[in-house]
Amino acid sequence: MKSVENILPKLVIAPGFILGFAFIYGFMIWNGVLSVTGSRMLPNYDTFVGLDQYVQLWQMDRWYVALTNLGIFSLLYVGGSMAIGVFLAIFLDQKVRAEGLLRTIYLYPMALSFIVTGTAWKWILNPSLGLEKLMHDLGWTSFQFDWLVQSDTAIYCVVIAGIWQSAGFAMALFLAGLRGIDDSIIKAAQIDGASLPLIYWRIILPILRPVVFSTVLVLSHLSIKSFDLVMALTNGGPGYATDVPATFMYTMSFTRGQIGLGAASATMMLATVAAIVVPYLYSELRAKPHDR
Amino acid sequence: MLKLSKLATAVALVVAAGSVAAGEVEVLHWWTSGGEAKSVGELKKIMQAKGHTWKDFAVAGGGGDAAMTVLKSRVVAGNAPAAAQIKGPAIQEWANEGVLANLDATAKAEKWDSLLPAVVADVMKYKGNYVAAPVNVHRVNWMWANSAVLKKAGVTSTPKTWDEFFVAAEKIKKAGLIPVAHGGQNWQDFTTFEDVVLGVGGAKFYQDALVKLDQKALTSPTMSKSLETFRKIKGYTDPAAPGRDWNLATAMVIQEKAAFQFMGDWAKGEFTAAGKVPGKDYICAAAPGSSNAYTFNVDSFAMFKLKDASAQKAQADLAAAIMGTEFQEIFNLNKGSIPVRLNMSMDKFDDCAKQSSKDFVATSKSGGLVPSAAHGMAISPATEGAIKDAVSQFWNDDSITVADGVKSIAKAAMTK
Repeated sequence: MKSVENILPKLVIAPGFILGFAFIYGFMIWNGVLSVTGSRMLPNYDTFVGLDQYVQLWQMDRWYVALTNLGIFSLLYVGGSMAIGVFLAIFLDQKVRAEGLLRTIYLYPMALSFIVTGTAWKWILNPSLGLEKLMHDLGWTSFQFDWLVQSDTAIYCVVIAGIWQSAGFAMALFLAGLRGIDDSIIKAAQIDGASLPLIYWRIILPILRPVVFSTVLVLSHLSIKSFDLVMALTNGGPGYATDVPATFMYTMSFTRGQIGLGAASATMMLATVAAIVVPYLYSELRAKPHDR
Repeated sequence: MLKLSKLATAVALVVAAGSVAAGEVEVLHWWTSGGEAKSVGELKKIMQAKGHTWKDFAVAGGGGDAAMTVLKSRVVAGNAPAAAQIKGPAIQEWANEGVLANLDATAKAEKWDSLLPAVVADVMKYKGNYVAAPVNVHRVNWMWANSAVLKKAGVTSTPKTWDEFFVAAEKIKKAGLIPVAHGGQNWQDFTTFEDVVLGVGGAKFYQDALVKLDQKALTSPTMSKSLETFRKIKGYTDPAAPGRDWNLATAMVIQEKAAFQFMGDWAKGEFTAAGKVPGKDYICAAAPGSSNAYTFNVDSFAMFKLKDASAQKAQADLAAAIMGTEFQEIFNLNKGSIPVRLNMSMDKFDDCAKQSSKDFVATSKSGGLVPSAAHGMAISPATEGAIKDAVSQFWNDDSITVADGVKSIAKAAMTK
């Protein structure tokens, strides 16, 4: 009987473990294998081309555009969402009336799919349908906001829509963090004569460090995976000006018949995500025994 | 019960037809909109009349991207449909994977070689064997114009050359209307670019530059001139064009907001649906400078290798039916394209289709019949995509000089 009790937990965990391993790590490995083959329309394992696909990838202008866009988008999206999130959380934490209602309003965009966000902002930012037209109709004819249709500014429209979507999420995390802070610390600081901004800057935000970390982690991997937002808002356009690695990979693999190249770009994306997640997991797992 | 009764009819038909075995054909396509679905329904009827079972495998959306993804997974899993809507050099890529069936027996019995122009037949063949059956011909180098808008702006004749076109466009702009309704998606940019190359350089140059991808042609002064003309057109489009769908651009012409659109003859369906009459409400003309050339976009069904003998028979019947006069007429009347068979009666078709058919036959003899590069008929998807990127980038970014544009297109053409 003792042995069954020992085996049972392992037995129960095993199917999930096997499925997880096969469908997450198995596919990662498969993708890696594809990226060193000359696969075009269909996977083809007979043609080993070494790192040719990677060489070709790094020679493509479009790949650099995608990477630059990812850089711009990640920095502004994560930074912007967090900055707005912190401020909203601090203001909501001032025991305002109807806090529940306000919190719902700010958090609500998170409940929408990125596709909906993208489509709605596509209309708002379109010069002949949305904001610009509205201003012109109201009589402000010199108003100009055509970022969406210019190659060099369209990516910032993606940032705007992304921040709109995720700022409320950052706010919710920060608000939870703020609520978890012991009031007595703040009271002690007040007795010492610290001003409110100083209290926030020197005491509260440092306490929120773990929250900041998880927010950055969640938002930055969202930004690397950003696919649906770009697809709905600009479809990578004008031209390929708002291409990001995810849309690049989709285009190459599924519409251009270059599965090998697409797999190579997917591997690069995986490496980027790993570069963020692995150090984080490492520090988390290492810190654990210490806490106990 | 339903299955039983189907079986009974099948058996009855087999008995009636002698030794012909009835089989099942599964057909992958993305013709799901009203007129298109009706056209596919005709094919289904023809097949059922021959005693075969029709299994519809329609995947909607996205010009077939979604359908292709599904198809790939089916083929990899070893469960290919009998036929799939695949066109252009993609047919060769699929054949290269060794998954397509040989249709030579059917083609010979139905005399396809004499019914199809050689340029079109070549697209359907892999290493000299037929592997796909063509359905229709779309002309891509059309210019659609709203007669009322032209009249309002004082443009008396349809422009025949690009110089005449810009004179007309200037007049329309002065009249406060949009000269060119454009949808700023990369394939639409490429469609317009293709028209310009054909109009500026002629069919021979087009063939060298966009089909043979000859570097000398791609870096020639004619190419620079094409890019200059191409950029000039952009000045006559409206700022909201990026991302606009082609049918919305067509609607601008229909609603008298814009004068011209460069688009293939699927745009005619929109005019017809709006109750407009060719020649009276709208004009269909070859894009400036390309009246004696014809860029074709031929839809086709590639046939996959099947194991079952009765399914193979059904597949051969499908191929024959697709090229048959009955289907060619009904299908193309519904879809707005023209039959791919050369000796068809065009009595039931409208004026634009008659013009298209006349030009198709004439150019197939004169050598002006060229495959459309923007619609997957001329070059492999990878190369086409790379050129499309370069063209679209040039169109959207005014800071790229013509010389740089020529360079980037020539570089893109080297993509393998």
